[in-house]
Amino acid sequence: MSLSQIFLVALRALLRNKMRSFLTTLGVIIGVGAVIAMTAIGAGAKARVEKTFESMGSNMLMVRSGASSRGGVRGGAGSQPSITWDDLEAIRTEVSAVRYAAPLLGTNAQVMAEGQNWATNVQGTTPDYFTITNWPASRGTLFDESDVAMGTKVAVLGQSVVDNLFGPFSEPIGQQVRINHVPFEVIGVAKTKGQMGHGDQDDVVFIPVSTFRAKLQGGLQQFIAGSIYVGAASQEATTRAEEEITSLLRGRHRIRRGAEDDFSVRNRAEFAAAQMEGAETMTSLLAGIALVSLLVGGIGIMNIMLVSVTERTREIGLRMAIGAKPLDILTQFMVEAVVLSIVGGLLGVAFGLGTASWLVARFEWPMLVQPEIVALAIGFSGFVGIAFGLWPALKASRLDPIQALRYE
Amino acid sequence: MALIEIRDMRKTYDSGEVQVHALRGVSLDIEVGESVAIMGASGSGKSTLMNILGCLDRPTGGSYLLAGEEVATLSRVRLAEVRNRTLGFVFQSFNLLARTSALENVELPLMYAGVPRKERHRRATAALERVGLGERVHHHPNQLSGGQRVAIARALVGEPRLILADEPTGNLDSRTSIEVIALFQDLVASGMTVVLVTHEPDIAEHAGRIVEIRDGLVRRDERREPKPARVRADEEGAQA
Repeated sequence: MSLSQIFLVALRALLRNKMRSFLTTLGVIIGVGAVIAMTAIGAGAKARVEKTFESMGSNMLMVRSGASSRGGVRGGAGSQPSITWDDLEAIRTEVSAVRYAAPLLGTNAQVMAEGQNWATNVQGTTPDYFTITNWPASRGTLFDESDVAMGTKVAVLGQSVVDNLFGPFSEPIGQQVRINHVPFEVIGVAKTKGQMGHGDQDDVVFIPVSTFRAKLQGGLQQFIAGSIYVGAASQEATTRAEEEITSLLRGRHRIRRGAEDDFSVRNRAEFAAAQMEGAETMTSLLAGIALVSLLVGGIGIMNIMLVSVTERTREIGLRMAIGAKPLDILTQFMVEAVVLSIVGGLLGVAFGLGTASWLVARFEWPMLVQPEIVALAIGFSGFVGIAFGLWPALKASRLDPIQALRYE
Repeated sequence: MALIEIRDMRKTYDSGEVQVHALRGVSLDIEVGESVAIMGASGSGKSTLMNILGCLDRPTGGSYLLAGEEVATLSRVRLAEVRNRTLGFVFQSFNLLARTSALENVELPLMYAGVPRKERHRRATAALERVGLGERVHHHPNQLSGGQRVAIARALVGEPRLILADEPTGNLDSRTSIEVIALFQDLVASGMTVVLVTHEPDIAEHAGRIVEIRDGLVRRDERREPKPARVRADEEGAQA
């Protein structure tokens, strides 16, 4: 019997019980659909994290003061001030792999405009910070070195702050805002960056670091109460920059060999990797749940194939009597099971894509359909058909023709 | 050479403690072109003999030459091939595939023989014409009073050496029974060998030879002039 012939026979047998065949494939449809939808959403989330980090610049390093440790009580990162302004200058000028280095000091402050006020994160920095983080202005201009040198009272607002103080369609450039009652002139709006982790990156106000130190920060001025953002000369130079900064700071801080650093140098790539890992874990967890439902679908197929073999015992007996070999019978039932599961897989892909795009439209989740996942899901549903169809098919092929013919 | 040569055939069913001797040494020769009715009460061993003749079962002892080939010791796969090429079956309950046209039912043995589609179609149509159903190839058998005719066409289509019929008239009214018997007689007249199992004497008397089985042995084996099945030619088409 030719394969196309077997295929036709199988198709006809399945169409004889349309409702039953459909309900059987439903398990696979839902299973495959769930796999597709979950991985599409998971991959979308991962791609968004990836894109966010890419936009921040991958040759970026963060240098922070170390953790304090007194009497066994350890503070968090930066709790022990150790990085000085001289350190910043040394990093900028003495390390060959470093192209830019910018301080970033932050504080929460109430920002007031004409009719509105908004509590946000005010950051003092230098123009290099915008270069390192690849963050241009969408409107107006960023402040420059002369603003830093003269300590001018100018501010660059994040889009979220603009929305909250002036409204989304307003023109904030040239307006005045008060930060802790000190008046600043708005000279620019930073380009929208979007969500990152739990935080809104656009809910921020940037002012020159000198102004920040003079107007917003009190206390010790020798240490940098924040971080240093470092831009390496190239992505390849990032690791070298990390090593050179570490040895430079250890030398400057006179840390003995074997003792712990009193600062930390962090690589954005590490941070990105941690976030991506989170997204990936989530994806594989969801995909795992979806796979379980696909297996349940397979059990449904096995169940219905067993019913089908019992129902058609006489037919099997007849086919054997007129010359069907055990292999012919085996193939016939295997093809039926595989057709059920593959059709289920294809419908499941359609269902999964539909669900994913609905979720995208409804909740604005990002979605990324990976062709290899689609192929994998269809392939796996075929495998489910083979694995769960095998036993019923074997059972059919091993029937005794005499008993099968007499079966009532 | 005889078409069927059975020598001292035995079949014992071993059901744990009890051994059931269904056949206790049957010897039988059937020539090409014979029509044989095998008779016997239930439990006589006639069904066992039929199953072995039909290559559905293997004897536990003795030899069975079918068209010169020893089939008593063949594997399941080889037996399936013999059934496909050399034998044609007709069953009491027709055993036609439901919701499948007469033509496709008849094509079934050719499908397992690997005959190409066009050839299959041609031969199945010819077989249906031969049993008088030429115009009804696309009817479904459950629409046909002549379900058994379709089954006979299916048995014929592979041009087998032997047609085996197991109580072929058991589910038919007397009129249709006579039609089916007449069909068998036509086949014999054209040189086909037909063996049928029945417990009805008035069916058996249409055969040229009656073999009676009792307690696993041949008790009677007589050749005789078959009684012709009388169906008037003008009635035949109308009753199919």
